[in-house]
Amino acid sequence: MRITIDGEPHDVPPNRTLAAVLIAAGRQSWRTTRTNDRPRGVFCGIGVCFDCLLVVNGVPDVRACQRFPADGDVVRTQHGAELPE
Amino acid sequence: MRVRYPDVVVVGSGVIGAACAEALSAAGLRVTVLDRGPLGAGTSAAGEGNVLVSDKEPGPELDLALASLLLWPALLDRLGVDVEWDAKGGLVVATSPDAAKALAEFAASQRTAGVDARPITPTEALDREPHLTRAVVGAVHYPQDAQLQPVLVTKALLATAASRGTTLRPGVRALGLRRTAGAVSAVVTDDGDLPCGAVVNACGPWAGETATAFDAPITVLPRRGVVLVTAALPPTVRHKVYDADYVGAVASGDADLQVSTVVESTAGGTVLIGSSRERVGFDASLRVEVPRALAKRAVALFPVLADVPVLRAYGGFRPYAPDHLPIIGPDPRTPGLWHTTGHEGAGIGLAAATGRLLTDLLTGAEPVVDPTPFRVDRPGVCP
Repeated sequence: MRITIDGEPHDVPPNRTLAAVLIAAGRQSWRTTRTNDRPRGVFCGIGVCFDCLLVVNGVPDVRACQRFPADGDVVRTQHGAELPE
Repeated sequence: MRVRYPDVVVVGSGVIGAACAEALSAAGLRVTVLDRGPLGAGTSAAGEGNVLVSDKEPGPELDLALASLLLWPALLDRLGVDVEWDAKGGLVVATSPDAAKALAEFAASQRTAGVDARPITPTEALDREPHLTRAVVGAVHYPQDAQLQPVLVTKALLATAASRGTTLRPGVRALGLRRTAGAVSAVVTDDGDLPCGAVVNACGPWAGETATAFDAPITVLPRRGVVLVTAALPPTVRHKVYDADYVGAVASGDADLQVSTVVESTAGGTVLIGSSRERVGFDASLRVEVPRALAKRAVALFPVLADVPVLRAYGGFRPYAPDHLPIIGPDPRTPGLWHTTGHEGAGIGLAAATGRLLTDLLTGAEPVVDPTPFRVDRPGVCP
């Protein structure tokens, strides 16, 4: 399965959440906060805190810890609050 | 040391009880506030923070809302803390010619009662709300509508009252009254008797059971409302925007689920989506058709919301009297007992005038509005 993360192609194994894929790729942060542009990544890891948000195929606010990628997904950093593309 | 008992015990620390405590303490009275639970954790913590005139037909509740609107600025000054007051204005939109006609007539009647209700064209509505559906055929702008954060304002009212010597006692339940020659002499609590000159029942949807415990029953019923909260968005919804049929739902007594669309942003960036009305007693379980209907109608009003995630839903019970008017005044059977409840979904906005009116009546001052329509001794409320 191949997805792109911030424009870079990544081959990913099945049954791995986007958060796991990102951490395995060496990323700690993939979102910035609304007001102060502070970096954010996984905090609770169980879908509760809504901190690990990113944009998948144009849809913002996707929780990386809850999403299993599909082949061809376009994943990117979320900059503050965004509307769907 | 001499023990000083309160002049007034306010039972209930929601926004209405808090506003009463603030106004009573400002008038120099010694006040104690009781709440069986934490402070301000009931109805006032489960709403949206409406300060609205737009949804009210000409009549006593609108008069109370207009009086409140005049009182809020000075009251907020006295509180001296940020409660996210936002005079954002309301925008009511109609998506069918029939609804547009009814809305225009409603707005005209409100103007005669002192409401600033300005009919605008669909183009002007889209200028004000760029993400609004293109299906709008009529709209009215209400510059007087505002919003505040209900938990912050409740806490600020209690803190201001406390700064004047008011005692706050969360976790203390009022169980009954002691009477001397028929008049209130003390509140019986689960932490002992509390002698006092007067008692204010400000228990919101639970005011009925409190009144029964006080042997002075009144009819107040709960109505459940659910609100959806979206993820934080960039500025997307600027006003308090609602569908013209909201007006019909507020004034209606129908038992089954009613949903009309109310969409607004908060200071935190989330969008709140209401409003549902269910008559299900104190059943707090969530029926899936309620959030489904709320979401569907919000998307019809703001299509951009279709792909926006909902973080959570919360709900609460709004107190209403059979005639849908607030209850503010003395109990006709027990001198020293007062009731302030029945504000349904409008208690946050009406709190300023309610606290003031209760205090005017209790101290014998000139009432801020005519209290007659809100009297306890009226058909359907007092058996």
